[in-house]
Amino acid sequence: MAEYLVCSEHEIVDGGRKVVACGDKEIGIFRVKGALHAWHNMCPHRQGPICQGRIYPEVVEPVDENCEVRTLQYNEGNMHVACPWHGWEFNLETGRNPVGRYRLHRAELAIREGQVYVVL
Amino acid sequence: MDVLNKDRVHELPVQEIDVFTDTRDILAHAEKAAKRRGFQDWLICDVDAHHTETISWHELVQYIEDPVIRHQAMLFHDEKMGTASYGLNGDMGLKYQDVGGRIPHQAGIREKVDDGIHRDVTLTRRAMSALGVDYMVLFPTPMLTLGLHPQPEMEVYLGRAYNRWLIDKVLTKDDRIKTLAYLPFNVPKEAERTIEEFSGQPGVIGFCVPSTRHKPVHHNDYMRVYSMLQERDLPIAFHAAYHWQDQSLSTINRFLGMHALGFVWCNMVHLTNWILNGIPERFPKLKSIWVESGLAWVPFLMQRLDDQYLMRPSEAPQLKKLPSEYMRESCWYTTQPMETTNMKALELTLDMINAETQLLFASDWPHFDFDLPQEIYDLPFLSEQAKRNILGLNAARLFNLDPTPRKTL
Repeated sequence: MAEYLVCSEHEIVDGGRKVVACGDKEIGIFRVKGALHAWHNMCPHRQGPICQGRIYPEVVEPVDENCEVRTLQYNEGNMHVACPWHGWEFNLETGRNPVGRYRLHRAELAIREGQVYVVL
Repeated sequence: MDVLNKDRVHELPVQEIDVFTDTRDILAHAEKAAKRRGFQDWLICDVDAHHTETISWHELVQYIEDPVIRHQAMLFHDEKMGTASYGLNGDMGLKYQDVGGRIPHQAGIREKVDDGIHRDVTLTRRAMSALGVDYMVLFPTPMLTLGLHPQPEMEVYLGRAYNRWLIDKVLTKDDRIKTLAYLPFNVPKEAERTIEEFSGQPGVIGFCVPSTRHKPVHHNDYMRVYSMLQERDLPIAFHAAYHWQDQSLSTINRFLGMHALGFVWCNMVHLTNWILNGIPERFPKLKSIWVESGLAWVPFLMQRLDDQYLMRPSEAPQLKKLPSEYMRESCWYTTQPMETTNMKALELTLDMINAETQLLFASDWPHFDFDLPQEIYDLPFLSEQAKRNILGLNAARLFNLDPTPRKTL
């Protein structure tokens, strides 16, 4: 195993990211609700650059007591990254797609003395 | 544990891909995948890719033959504010393919092109290089709904202008870029004139009928068109699209549903008429290609038509075989968007359509549901020869292309 020193912890702000190449592996590190999450930059669909996709809150469609709908809304509690190749979406904290059948490959992080390392 | 210093870690130059990102950066993973699979030695023909012709519309309308319409179009572009491209119909504000910005290359390709070569040549070359493609067949995009234009002559004006412009600005600049020339199908005499004029022109390897239209492909008015194509050994492609003004689809409220059905429905209707009216019997050497409807619909239509035909053969008296036999012998299909969530179904589909000879790889780049050559290469149930046929050799045979790979990966 090897550790790759990426950056200091404060360089990745909440809602931000850093996508890096560690040797021949590409890793995206995201900060969501204060915590860092790292994913391999490889969409399980067609191996697209998932970590370089745009970040959106999950889209929900509230159903009222009459089973009717009238709006689409963003759920800021679940942040998704959308693959820029084909739009496949994954939760940035869990790595799972909306139906839970596909997931991103998590990369291990180590934080020491304010520095962020990727462990591969 | 080894701790590697920051020099061994490289921040990727593109942190978030957007509409300004270079094609080569968007498709960097595709290029690596192509190299890893050794595509340098494989002939890969991409039978359906696109450019956005409306970016060059001000240039294209100068190729309109009719002087009055040409003048009108040029003034329209010089003087009108806040309008769409001259003469085009289509859904305009209903084009949601980019899923609200999630797939930027579908929304727009605004990367820098400053090499002095026509933008569409450079962008096509970049895509070919990244995908590992030897030949790329270019189709227009907004023009695919011209078959529903309220003024049938507009399809003639713009279709001919497009063909002339594309040859002049793109096809003559790179002989690896090809097209199936636009056929103004709503005006059969003009379609015949188009075949006469554009057959044999640089880069023209067949003709294309955009499928969103309400003209019956079996009408007697088209028999001369088919005869001319058969004589010249040039294929006819039916390129699918969607159109929200289609009443049969008008209750659909999500683009997902419109795209899923619209891109299939038009070709299902045309292919049904094509087969049941015996066009393959009347023109046994005419090759038809069914483009951008995916593949899952084909087994359905084969079974459905076979069952119905056996109960009602008197309604299709020209047939000497089952509908499905014509569909697997005289029809070709492009792969994209290849449905892959059920691999058993895909395997059966490829078997039913005789993919080894009838299937043609297509990427549909730069659209949101594009496919890569690796999708075919990675299929576990195909022989290497079948993969080579689908990725390029079937197309080489169909279009009389040199099967020697031309790319440098």
